[in-house]
Amino acid sequence: MTTHAIPSRVRPPGRAFSELVKVETKLALRVPAGVVLGIVVPVIFLVIFNAIPALRKPAAGTTLTLFAQYVPVLICLSLCLIALVSLPIPLVTYRQMGVLRRFSTTPAPRSWLLAAQVVTNLAMAVTAIIILVTGAAVFFGVPMASQLAGFVLSAVLAIAAMFAIGLLIAAIAPAPAVAGVIGTVLLYPLLFFAGLWAPRQDLSPMWQHIGNYTPISAAVQAMEAAMQGHFPPAQPLLVMAAYAIVFSIAAIKLFRWE
Amino acid sequence: MVEGKVSEPIEVIAMITLRNLRRHGPRGITVRTPSAPDPAPVEDARQQRTAVHGPPATKPVVTVDRLRKTYGPAVGVMDVSFSVSEGEIFGIIGPNGAGKTTTVECISGMRIPDSGVIDVLGLDPQADRALIRESVGVQLQESALPPMIKTGEVLELFASFYRHPADTNELMDALGLAAKRNTRFMRLSGGLKQRLSIALALIGNPQIAILDELTTGLDPQARRDTWELTEHVRDRGVTVILVTHFMDEAERLCDRVMLIDRGKVAALDTPAGLAEREGGGSRLRFVPSAPFADQVLTVLPEVAEVGHDGQRIRVTGAGDLVSAVIRALGAAGVEARDMQVESATLDDAYVRLIHHAGHDHKEALRP
Repeated sequence: MTTHAIPSRVRPPGRAFSELVKVETKLALRVPAGVVLGIVVPVIFLVIFNAIPALRKPAAGTTLTLFAQYVPVLICLSLCLIALVSLPIPLVTYRQMGVLRRFSTTPAPRSWLLAAQVVTNLAMAVTAIIILVTGAAVFFGVPMASQLAGFVLSAVLAIAAMFAIGLLIAAIAPAPAVAGVIGTVLLYPLLFFAGLWAPRQDLSPMWQHIGNYTPISAAVQAMEAAMQGHFPPAQPLLVMAAYAIVFSIAAIKLFRWE
Repeated sequence: MVEGKVSEPIEVIAMITLRNLRRHGPRGITVRTPSAPDPAPVEDARQQRTAVHGPPATKPVVTVDRLRKTYGPAVGVMDVSFSVSEGEIFGIIGPNGAGKTTTVECISGMRIPDSGVIDVLGLDPQADRALIRESVGVQLQESALPPMIKTGEVLELFASFYRHPADTNELMDALGLAAKRNTRFMRLSGGLKQRLSIALALIGNPQIAILDELTTGLDPQARRDTWELTEHVRDRGVTVILVTHFMDEAERLCDRVMLIDRGKVAALDTPAGLAEREGGGSRLRFVPSAPFADQVLTVLPEVAEVGHDGQRIRVTGAGDLVSAVIRALGAAGVEARDMQVESATLDDAYVRLIHHAGHDHKEALRP
């Protein structure tokens, strides 16, 4: 027998990861809670808000209508629901049921299962953003972001920040129910600061100031700026980047595999 | 397997060689022991086993030396040494918390031992984790999969993790899962879940399969079916390490069993050997045709004890008890009528060993 150079580290086949993403996507569509929450619910909001005549008025201090101002808010609603519910709950369920443990007996690194979840939810988030932005433009006449690069950067940072928070929930929640409670507790304040119930500019200065340091309010500010043709200001971008970095590191450090 | 479809003998040889190459070559396993090319060791092992019901005299595929892995005082593995030969079904039995699962988890590289040396196919489960996972298939005690995943999907998925996976369709046929290809995991019965779990342990074409609590929670028919499957697994040339607390299962399936108690090896032998050695021997009952003195039998080296149940004589002992007793009675002019023989079972051996070790009797009996 010819002696091959023995690989000291055997990598599993590359197709293992694409298979994982494929199966995770199928599972996500089979129980479409994530799709319904992350895509259908924000689109329903978009249609309903379009039916409210009061929202056709221009928003104070912007070139946008109140309705157009809701587009980034609804993008953030979608991101919140995907990152706080659809991303962490299956992971926590996998850990609790022993799927992660089962997985760890195979040559595929168990971190791939996490990565596949992230990829599947990422695809969902991107789909939601595209549907909301083009839907608002095509059907409801909201102008597309004229600062496209700024808009994309804002969206990417918003996804990174929210997914990092979702992964930290997945890292520490001992049971799916706990993850659900943490997600819900975070969801409403975040949406408040994003301006789902009242436009941000109508909040008192103190609340606006606090809101500036939440990832979702920062995301809305950055996307609004891009929609008005400006490159987003540094502060909201930095706030989102900081959340993304700090929470990812915490999630990686604290992730419990068993 | 596939050979049935091949007509030319040369092709058969080519296929077998190919399989062995696949099995040993690219994983770099035989390279560490280049003196042992071993074209068909599995077949040898099986022949030897049928000839003598004992450990197959092939090279060990797993060696565990003074393993220690504790979780707090008196929990886990204290001191366990044994080796598993290629092609055998090696059983690990013992009470709950004795250290059975911990032992196999150290073998599969899932746990890091506190001390001791483990050699699996010439590899160190910690240093060569990736290689070990390629060659060791694991069926976990509580196996769980996403509830909505379909049988076929999960097998294809797990197959993609290995460099030389088994044929998914062939495996599904062999394990009777083909009809359930599109059934979701949550809809499978306990027996089918267990089959799927075995299939997942075999999907990577492993050389060693670790099966932990294989039939716990299955109905009697499903248990029997699972036992047959396990024998098929061994017949595929896979060495099986079976963790169980069912003595009938160990007796039926295992070539050798190791009894672990409180983290230490209490006994290691063939099931028959263990039953005979530790089970309190055989029991013999008969009605004598004429009265005789107990000494006729108590002088025999095979006899341990003689007792009376009214007319009946009760003899316990070991070795070739029946013929020794009949011969001695014959010499004394006595005939043994209505003779009943009960040999000790593995269960007897287990209970005695665990009981001697000072456990609560009920605790020892409880599966």
